[in-house]
Amino acid sequence: MQESLQKRNWSGRAVLLLPYLWLVVFFLTPFVIVFKISLSQTTMAQPPYLPVFDLSTGWAGLREFAAQLSPDSFRLLFTDLIYLLSYLKSLQVAAISTIILLLIGYPFAYGIARAPRGWQPLLVMAVVLPFWTSFLIRVYAWINILQRDGLLNDVLMRLHIVDAPVSWLSSDTAIYIGMIYSYLPFMVLPLYAALEKMDETLLEAAADLGCPRWKTFWVVVVPLSLPGAAAGALLCFIPIVGEFVIPDLLGGSETLMIGQTLWNEFFANRDWPVASAIAVTLLVLLLVPMLFYERLQQRSLEGGR
Amino acid sequence: MQRGASPFNIVSVALGLAFLYLPITILVIYSFNASRLVTVWGGWSLAWYRELLNDVAVLQAAWISLRVAAFSATAATVLGTLAAVALVRLGLFRGRLLFSGLSLLLLFVALNVDRGFWTITIAHTTLTMCFVTVIVQSRLIGFDRSLEEAAMDLGCPPLKTFLTITLPLIAPAIAAGWMLAFTLSLDDLVIASFTTGPGATTLPIRIYSEVRLGVKPEINAVCTIMIAAVAAGTIVASLITKGGVARRERAALGAQV
Repeated sequence: MQESLQKRNWSGRAVLLLPYLWLVVFFLTPFVIVFKISLSQTTMAQPPYLPVFDLSTGWAGLREFAAQLSPDSFRLLFTDLIYLLSYLKSLQVAAISTIILLLIGYPFAYGIARAPRGWQPLLVMAVVLPFWTSFLIRVYAWINILQRDGLLNDVLMRLHIVDAPVSWLSSDTAIYIGMIYSYLPFMVLPLYAALEKMDETLLEAAADLGCPRWKTFWVVVVPLSLPGAAAGALLCFIPIVGEFVIPDLLGGSETLMIGQTLWNEFFANRDWPVASAIAVTLLVLLLVPMLFYERLQQRSLEGGR
Repeated sequence: MQRGASPFNIVSVALGLAFLYLPITILVIYSFNASRLVTVWGGWSLAWYRELLNDVAVLQAAWISLRVAAFSATAATVLGTLAAVALVRLGLFRGRLLFSGLSLLLLFVALNVDRGFWTITIAHTTLTMCFVTVIVQSRLIGFDRSLEEAAMDLGCPPLKTFLTITLPLIAPAIAAGWMLAFTLSLDDLVIASFTTGPGATTLPIRIYSEVRLGVKPEINAVCTIMIAAVAAGTIVASLITKGGVARRERAALGAQV
């Protein structure tokens, strides 16, 4: 192993570093720029912020540049209620969606894990297949169903459950339906992976010792599937917080989620510093669950080997 | 896991699958509806597909999307595979990334380049290479190193070993990674919106601007064609890889990303 590493020549290593070079240029640098703009002021110009970084002015210019940076945009985020409410709304939607996803995803994944061995790959494939089709199409499919003269109202009225068409669209209900529909595979797959590799003999042992099935489920199955549940929950929670398309197409206009607020600041108001400040704050906010997920993944990789 | 599904298990799987497939099925059926109104069934018809063929804007957007997807998937596969090799073999750079379309847009603004086709392609490459890395990495971890070592011991140079031994063995994962990168690029709205400029409207951007105005049967037809293409691609891919690898990789990806 060591020897083969030694044999690798330097040009070989340089090629392997290429992807990291790419990421530094197109990922790290842009992030630094976003951070810088979040500390700038809006202005009516192109680009629409001040100060503009200019290398030609030398050291004095650099100091002047640094003196002009200010955390005004961040101060605005914490004082203006619009942004605070937006963040809270995003966290609320993500938390409630994740709980509902757990409640729906668990029996679904459990059912697949208990299906006959030969069926399981097919069922997993069936869960994954809609995930391959466009996100936008899947959200759009729900507009067909939920709109005022859509299928859902049609069915409900024919069954005489409601008398007049209900407006499902532009509501929180529609947002939750869209979120749950779009993120279900993210919840089911890690749960299934955890449930599937569970040691069958543990369940047999519990049964042999006279433990009723429901109790075995709570005492043995659920604790052993917790890593999968945590992975699924984080996998859903993190992207839902920043979700834009679903609330924009299905939701109403009273309280916007943070992704929509960012989009508006950027495209409608052309307030780049505030938009950047929102993005930076969102990243910091999501860093905690992301690090948590990383830890979880690391542990399962080490345990699996 | 204990075998033998209870009625509760069967019902929950059936309901779950119905929930996943019903909306898509409804969308596909309505794309063949002769009537413009969604609730009124006017009989089967291909009218919306005919209309689509005359819609230059949508066709152009589709062509741009396909080209962006092909270029970015290829670049992402090369970079992602190299990153996976570096990660597994040299133990470099653990950890993943978060990506923001906003940050790339601002880079392009700072660099003062014309935004359009190539900026979207670069953005998509950066986004999707991480997914390719995850897929190829999982294949490299479960791979028998002694084959490589044997070749090297017999005097095969490292590059040739990589090309003749390693590459063919991880080829299914690379193919799966390319397909995933291609579909992700074809699907993306947010990053493309941030990194595009005048003249480069991708299909999702086009669909999004139409969808905001409400349901149009024509959009149902576009969506149906895309679903059919994806379904066909998935079936072909699983036939090529003999049904095993891609699915496992996809499941592994679902558990890791």
